[in-house]
Amino acid sequence: MDIATLAFSALYQFGDAFAFLVLSACGLAVIFGMMGVINLAHGEFIMCGAYVTAATVHAGLPLPLGILCGTLASALVGVLVELLVIRHLYERPLDTIVATWGLSLIATQGTLILVGSTMAGVGTPFGSFQVGAYSYSIYRIVLFTASLAVLGALYALFNWTRFGVLARATIQVPHMAAALGVDTRLIYSLTFACGAGLAGLAGGLYAPTMTLVPTMGATFIMEAFVTVVIGGADVFLGTAPAGGILAIVKSGMTSWQGQLFGQIGLLIAVIIVVRVLPKGISGFVLRERT
Amino acid sequence: MTRSVLRGLRAAALSGTLVFASGAYAAEAPIKLGVLEDQSGDFAAATIGKVHAIQLAAEEINKAGGIMGRPLELVTYDTQSDNTRYQEFMRRVLQRDKVDAVFAGFSSASREAYRPIVDQFNGFAFYNNQYEGGVCDGHMVVTGAVPEQQFSTLIPYMMQTYGKKVYTLAADYNFGQISAEWVRKIVKENGGEMAGEEFIPLGVSQFSQSIQNIQKAKPDFVVTLLVGTAQASYYEQAASANVNLPMASSVNVGQGYEHKRFKPPSLKDMYVTTNYIEEIDSPKSKEFYAKFKAKFPNEPYVNQEAENSYLALYLYKQMVERAKSTNRDEIRKVIAMGDVCMDAPEGKVCIDPKSQHMSHTIYLAKVGADHSISFPKVWEDIKPYWLGDAGCDLTKKDPMAQYTPSNPPPKP
Repeated sequence: MDIATLAFSALYQFGDAFAFLVLSACGLAVIFGMMGVINLAHGEFIMCGAYVTAATVHAGLPLPLGILCGTLASALVGVLVELLVIRHLYERPLDTIVATWGLSLIATQGTLILVGSTMAGVGTPFGSFQVGAYSYSIYRIVLFTASLAVLGALYALFNWTRFGVLARATIQVPHMAAALGVDTRLIYSLTFACGAGLAGLAGGLYAPTMTLVPTMGATFIMEAFVTVVIGGADVFLGTAPAGGILAIVKSGMTSWQGQLFGQIGLLIAVIIVVRVLPKGISGFVLRERT
Repeated sequence: MTRSVLRGLRAAALSGTLVFASGAYAAEAPIKLGVLEDQSGDFAAATIGKVHAIQLAAEEINKAGGIMGRPLELVTYDTQSDNTRYQEFMRRVLQRDKVDAVFAGFSSASREAYRPIVDQFNGFAFYNNQYEGGVCDGHMVVTGAVPEQQFSTLIPYMMQTYGKKVYTLAADYNFGQISAEWVRKIVKENGGEMAGEEFIPLGVSQFSQSIQNIQKAKPDFVVTLLVGTAQASYYEQAASANVNLPMASSVNVGQGYEHKRFKPPSLKDMYVTTNYIEEIDSPKSKEFYAKFKAKFPNEPYVNQEAENSYLALYLYKQMVERAKSTNRDEIRKVIAMGDVCMDAPEGKVCIDPKSQHMSHTIYLAKVGADHSISFPKVWEDIKPYWLGDAGCDLTKKDPMAQYTPSNPPPKP
């Protein structure tokens, strides 16, 4: 087997792991990393996005529109959850754990009761391509591209738009932002909706490749929290490099010793990073800068 | 009505499981049956049908006059795909609800979690699920299929049809590990070789690297022993990467109806040995399927474990009526006669007295490119012979242990 084939295969596995880590983590990075709300219902926002995507595709919409519907539906649910529950708990961050955990239980069991134990899949589009001895799924490349696009779009949103500036101001010094006439409640709502929408997007993007069941969110949540915890508070300086490092460890260990060691490697990497950089990667980068 | 009966009724009403029949039984105390199955969590898709099958059989039996004139009462708890719930509820049904028998368990991890409690409190449990085999325990009756029934048929067929290089992809817990050991043993006995093996932790849903490992090993077919809904994502991902290898399994299709859930052709050329699935085209099977659908019109699929649970209740009825008692020792005397048989939806089944496991008709189900099912081969009356041959004889001795090919019963 020649070097180019091996290099491509390593790159593909890295991209695949990176996409999964970054897409699962982005929504959480906005809600947990920026807003400080520990959102244990993150997996259920992902499940919501996946279910709405699958339902709209079954109803006849093309997949990209389905994913858009899934994203919007999750964002809308996010607005409702923020209005009814989260808004009252900004001063009590630990209580958000209990509240969002309760929401996740209600969402999982509610979906089981209302929609049933499974939902029919929609099938992965685009087919496959061949490099050397291996064949690969084209959709996995789409997922990798999507993860880069999401990171780029988030960077643009929070740095180059008026909403981004207001959101960062509100989250850093809420009283000052309010004194300057910013509607901080609205900004909090929109930021939370943005995080929920990103979770829905991850669900929508992964819906064609996965089993659709009420508990599917659970398979994302470990990777999501791990990435955000070692990434730290900043979405771009944190989540992207954290996704990169963890993807190298995970794909490397998995190709060497199998899935179990991939997971073990991931958790050991997290322990080391948290020990060495208690404020996460972005905390380290920002301290260096100042 | 005595206070204890009242308390039992109240408990049953609280758990919402009282099977109401005609009022004629008021004089006779009900026979209580504990039902511990996963109605939520990762395994729910495969196991809700088991609860429904038990409800169907209980309703039929009660309409026909109960067991020895006594109505059947179900005490049902949702074990939530969680092993500690099994232990908690097993203690509850045995100690507080004082049931006569328990129908319990999907995953082998859950069975091994509750089995010591059944032994400790001297209970009587039915495990109505296919599994990795080897449980030699007088407190248990197993109505599901075991490796000598599912693998001794499937693996040689696959090796003849597709070739001798085999790759196993299995769930990383007792079921997957012991089943993989069986596959290894049978492949070796038939002159084949293992191209590779990988064990996947439960709950893993991303398989890109595993798919590549399989392509690297170039097997002739893949044995997929993947369990739970997360791991079922493998098929979609393997199909989209165009792995295009035949698959063999003892758990897929027959439990999780993956051919109904995924878009064709992701399960193309999947071969499964199962003792029942709803596509089986015999009058008995059609009759069972029609009855099931009449009571539960929204049931997504009537699977192997639903049939196992349904027939288990009829076998229990037969054994209690022949023993004239619900006492386990009396019932085991009936089992020891070796003629506890019935005409089940799959065909004739009998309980083997040595192992208290069941003989089965084994159907080889093949999934086509459009996800339709065909049956290239049927093996009738395959006995659960391994435990008995290896030295487990429950009519003489009850070791209450689980054995594997590498850890067989001690020789006398």
